[in-house]
Amino acid sequence: MPHMAELSAVEIRNVSKVFGFGEFAFAAVDNTSVSIRQNEFFTLLGPSGCGKTTLLRLIAGFEFPTSGDIMLSGENIAAMPPFKRPVNTVFQSYALFPHMTVAENIGFGLNMLGRPKQEVRDRVAAMLKLVRMEALAGRRTSQISGGQQQRVALARALAPQPKVLLLDEPLSALDYKLRKDMQIELKRLQAETGITFIFVTHDQEEALTMSDRIAVMSSGKILQVGNPREIYDAPADRFVADFIGETNFLKGRIASVDNGIASVETAMAGVISATMPKDFNADGEVTVVLRPEHASLCPPDQPGVCQMSGTLENVVYFGTDTHYHVRLSDNETVFTLREQNKPLQGARFAEGDRVGIAIEANAARVLRN
Amino acid sequence: MARTFSIRRQRGFTAIAMICFFALYLPIGVLVFYSFNAGQSLASFEGVSLRWFQKAFENQHVIDASLRSLQIAMTAAIISTVAATMAALATTRTEPYRGLTLKYAFINQPLMIPEIVTAVALLIFFARIKTWTGYSGLGYLIAAHTAFCIPFAYLPIRARLENMDLTLEKAAADLYATPWKAFRYVTLPLLWPGILAGFMLAFVISLDDVVITEFVKSAGQDTLPTYMLGQLRRAITPEMNAISTLFLLLSIGVVTVFFIVNRKRV
Repeated sequence: MPHMAELSAVEIRNVSKVFGFGEFAFAAVDNTSVSIRQNEFFTLLGPSGCGKTTLLRLIAGFEFPTSGDIMLSGENIAAMPPFKRPVNTVFQSYALFPHMTVAENIGFGLNMLGRPKQEVRDRVAAMLKLVRMEALAGRRTSQISGGQQQRVALARALAPQPKVLLLDEPLSALDYKLRKDMQIELKRLQAETGITFIFVTHDQEEALTMSDRIAVMSSGKILQVGNPREIYDAPADRFVADFIGETNFLKGRIASVDNGIASVETAMAGVISATMPKDFNADGEVTVVLRPEHASLCPPDQPGVCQMSGTLENVVYFGTDTHYHVRLSDNETVFTLREQNKPLQGARFAEGDRVGIAIEANAARVLRN
Repeated sequence: MARTFSIRRQRGFTAIAMICFFALYLPIGVLVFYSFNAGQSLASFEGVSLRWFQKAFENQHVIDASLRSLQIAMTAAIISTVAATMAALATTRTEPYRGLTLKYAFINQPLMIPEIVTAVALLIFFARIKTWTGYSGLGYLIAAHTAFCIPFAYLPIRARLENMDLTLEKAAADLYATPWKAFRYVTLPLLWPGILAGFMLAFVISLDDVVITEFVKSAGQDTLPTYMLGQLRRAITPEMNAISTLFLLLSIGVVTVFFIVNRKRV
């Protein structure tokens, strides 16, 4: 992407939000900076209490930062009340107005902006079409299903054509199937409207499938910003590696580094070749991360094929794949691996079996710190 | 089949319930019954007639007192509902702070203080103002009624506000509604059933008041209840029953209207 003087959609500059006073003071957002590009689907991902919702509320204007600036297309909005910000929110509970019809809900923002009646009518019609709710325009919001309420909430927030749309875990109240449909729907809406979406979720799978870029948060700080592939393949630290997907951690010692590939001596798996992070120089004790899908089971004690061995403790069948938990020979570490299920293939190993573990080439990665 | 515990299946439940309902409604039933008495007496029924209703409608004192009652109740209910709405907003749409509980207590204290105490206090207080200003109109009664109606109007309004989803007001602000517009287009319509309930309650309470009215009223300011009290000291005729029956109908009407309006907007 060319880095011209393109203005960020939203720029968070050294923002802190402290709740409480004195010894009870608690920084929900802790001196955080991040830049969100125009027209991108940006996700704030983290466990509950990590500050992602607070950051979203700071952008919406429901909270004001203790310090720092929030720039919206170059304008500092940190102290602006919410009704003046060209930013709209899809709430977790949808917060549809129960005394209004679907169409009245969608038109609310435009009416508040004092737009001409005809324009409001046209826009509401266009929005109803966009979210495929034309037939239910005259319904009360209590007379429609959860998924339909979700669509109305989206249409209501998109109708005033905000510069940025904020989504606060909007899919968490939906069941699995509807959730999957809405994920696709959200991506479509974002592409069709060209509006910057800032999406808050604690669901890493949702974040990986939907986002252009993800910011992983913990304890009020942003730990890593990157596209889903970067976040998953090259986690910046142990927290990110652990939070995104399942991960195995192996302790080891760097023996040598050659062209960005380190040979790491591990107690459990012998010498493993592991990719070094960029601009990272270390020797001595390191942690190597290995994703479960990059390892497979093999008959034990086959030198040259299996790097590790242990006892198969747990077999969990998932339909598309099977998860295995292997207790390694140190009797402490449990290694997780995942194999895709093939047609007409029964269980190859049973719980209690001694098994070997083969690691794919170039799969391991040295963790920073 | 396993049955869940139900208090209705306990021994004696029906009997106790029946006794309670009889105690509540039998006297009222008798009162209404005798309002249709053709005879003079409250003791013997001499056939059905509407003569006492007709008599009540022809009695100028009753008409005057009724109109005065309605005027006072309407004015006091409106003023107290407006005050109670503002008080409810001020005590719910705010971060909790020291002294908030004390404020609840202050708003609700008229419910705790014996009416007779308030009545005597107002008698003395208003007497002084009367001699200072020379004004002796209905204003004193309206002011007194407004004061004791406020907590009755306040309680349902506050309950409604507390149950309202605060996110709705946030959503309104998010959609470019200024605080006033958010109140006008979101909070107020949702609060309306609570306000109506508060108003009706205040109206009925004011309409019904005897003690404070008796102490505060000037000569010729009888409300319907104080007029009836005055009449009972003299000869008791079924006319009083007829007036009471009409009174009962009015309050049933008010409650029914409230019930219908409230059910429509949920």
